[in-house]
Amino acid sequence: MTKEKEVKEYELRLYIAGKTAKSVMALANLKKYCEEHLKGQYKIEVIDLLIQPQLAEGDQIFAIPTLVRKVPEPIRKIIGDLSNEEKVLVGLNIRPA
Amino acid sequence: MSTSPKKSQVHHPSLPKTPTGIIGLDEITDGGLPKGRPTLICGEAGCGKTLMSLEFLIRGATEFNEPGVFMAFEEKASELTMNVASLDFDLDKLQAQKKIRLDYVHIDRSEIEETGEYNLEGLFIRLGYAIDHIKAKRVVLDTLENLFSGLNNQTILRAELRRLFQWLKEKGVTAIITGEKGEGPALTRQGLEEYVSDCVILLDHRVINQISTRRLRVIKYRGSIHGTNEYPFLIDEEGISVLPITSLKLEKEVSSGRISSGIPAMDKMLGGHGFFKGSSILVSGTAGTGKTSIAAYFANETCKRGDKCIYFAFEESPKQIIRNMHSIDVDLQRHINKGLLQFHASRPTLHGLEMHLVVMYKVIKKFKPDVVVLDPITNLITVGSVSEVKAMLIRLIDFLQEEQITVMFTALTLNNIVNEQTDEGVSSLVDAWILVRDIEFNGERNRGMYIMKSRGMKHSNQVREFIITDKGLDLVEVYLGPEGVLTGSAREAQKLHEQTGEVLRDFAVSSKDRELTRKRKVLEAKISNLQMEFESAEEELNKMYQQEELIKQAALNSRLEITSRRRGEYRDEKGKIND
Repeated sequence: MTKEKEVKEYELRLYIAGKTAKSVMALANLKKYCEEHLKGQYKIEVIDLLIQPQLAEGDQIFAIPTLVRKVPEPIRKIIGDLSNEEKVLVGLNIRPA
Repeated sequence: MSTSPKKSQVHHPSLPKTPTGIIGLDEITDGGLPKGRPTLICGEAGCGKTLMSLEFLIRGATEFNEPGVFMAFEEKASELTMNVASLDFDLDKLQAQKKIRLDYVHIDRSEIEETGEYNLEGLFIRLGYAIDHIKAKRVVLDTLENLFSGLNNQTILRAELRRLFQWLKEKGVTAIITGEKGEGPALTRQGLEEYVSDCVILLDHRVINQISTRRLRVIKYRGSIHGTNEYPFLIDEEGISVLPITSLKLEKEVSSGRISSGIPAMDKMLGGHGFFKGSSILVSGTAGTGKTSIAAYFANETCKRGDKCIYFAFEESPKQIIRNMHSIDVDLQRHINKGLLQFHASRPTLHGLEMHLVVMYKVIKKFKPDVVVLDPITNLITVGSVSEVKAMLIRLIDFLQEEQITVMFTALTLNNIVNEQTDEGVSSLVDAWILVRDIEFNGERNRGMYIMKSRGMKHSNQVREFIITDKGLDLVEVYLGPEGVLTGSAREAQKLHEQTGEVLRDFAVSSKDRELTRKRKVLEAKISNLQMEFESAEEELNKMYQQEELIKQAALNSRLEITSRRRGEYRDEKGKIND
């Protein structure tokens, strides 16, 4: 169980550019889904590219907002305001497609 | 850097431009791409879009001190570096010097999920960061359309693209956007031309008769004049070179200097001094008439003067030509060793006509020769039609005349009817046209040569016999007489015949002369005889007179004696009378 939990540890990164409506909505949506489905096994890092533009290249960010699932591998990306819960969960591999 | 285009327009009466540094492109676009605006380069896959845009950046960084950002949507940075390394561009070094920045945007549909609204601010930020990081003045977005294959929401994409181009303009960077050619008349698959309206360049890679030619055309250039034709371009180890050598004006410098053809007798036919410098000469003739020999002689003469010459051979290899020319006492190898002569041999089918032209153009630009020889141009027909060859040669002649280079073409005529010759199309372009032809007569074949035309100089209208010996080339007067035009052994025979006649005539004349002398002598002898007779008769007569006189005198004397004696006068011995 412990081992499985470690595997299930989610490292999520949300890239935004300033506190725009979309960014705010995306972050709110993300937090909501994580609380519902991944309680206690996730980590969210919010990166504001207006402050750290050099980080955009590393994760191949071109759209804003973008959610990147760093762990577990493989890397998955979800772009948009994350308004479609179904798609986000499938995208993050939380729920099988 | 961030001055808006509007502002700069106030300062400059004409559209400010950014030179690309690509050979020829700046001439077509009258100075380069529009400064601070995006330019669209479109074309099919493999037509050289990426390379052209990359060269734009590299030239900018190395020659104009304008750093550039290359945003690749297709190839990884490492792949790009590899690709252009073969072209002598060291991208790694330029990146280290912060002159160029490569940014690879990886879009993989399989790992991307779209939910809800988004924008491409991330791309803007990345690009903005890269631009600010190296203070870039130039930007390339290579195959931006890859975004469309990676993302579903077209509405968002289109809106964002519009915003992107606006943003690029605000940034004041000169940008190139590349796009794949679309179906039908569309320039790009996603209609990028809608957004980029300042300058559109179309690249094309056409294969006709299994031979490919790359071409470039400026479709649109708002606010600037530009060449509208399709220009061939070449990708070689030095990058791209476009060929803008169709000068529309005929305002070339002309020289009245003359250069020798290498054959003194031919120079004599050309008003005594040979060809005009910077003129174009066509030597045409049927197979085996010595066209290459004439060309080699010309090249040899040029190098002897210490001028430089390039020999483009389309039929024989340089070694073959050098060997063959030894047989007429022309040593070309020596000029090659001195660096005065360059051979460029290629099969016409190696590449398309235009490409040949570009290659020649480059070689000529580099070597700067005084004389260029093309041997033979007829072989180019195998790669293109007559009209295409003609168009190409017009451009070549134009270019050479601008550079004041004398050019000699040789052309094979396939038949003897002048009006149907393939080179006829060219003959109106050239300044001098020398025709070498076979004269078949009396069971042998001889070479006849005449000058069809030679603009701007007095030239002989004579057909000469053109002879090739192991001592070289020469022209001989053909025999023109009551028996017609005679050449070769017929000419020799006729000459001999005439010579015999002369000897006979000479003999006859001299015998008559002798006869006359003899007669004169006889006559003279007779005359002197008569004279002598006459003299003796005269003498006889004189003698009688004298005798008579003497007698008279004696009689007188004796009478006087008698008379004086009678008078008793004494006369002394001297006859004086003394009283």
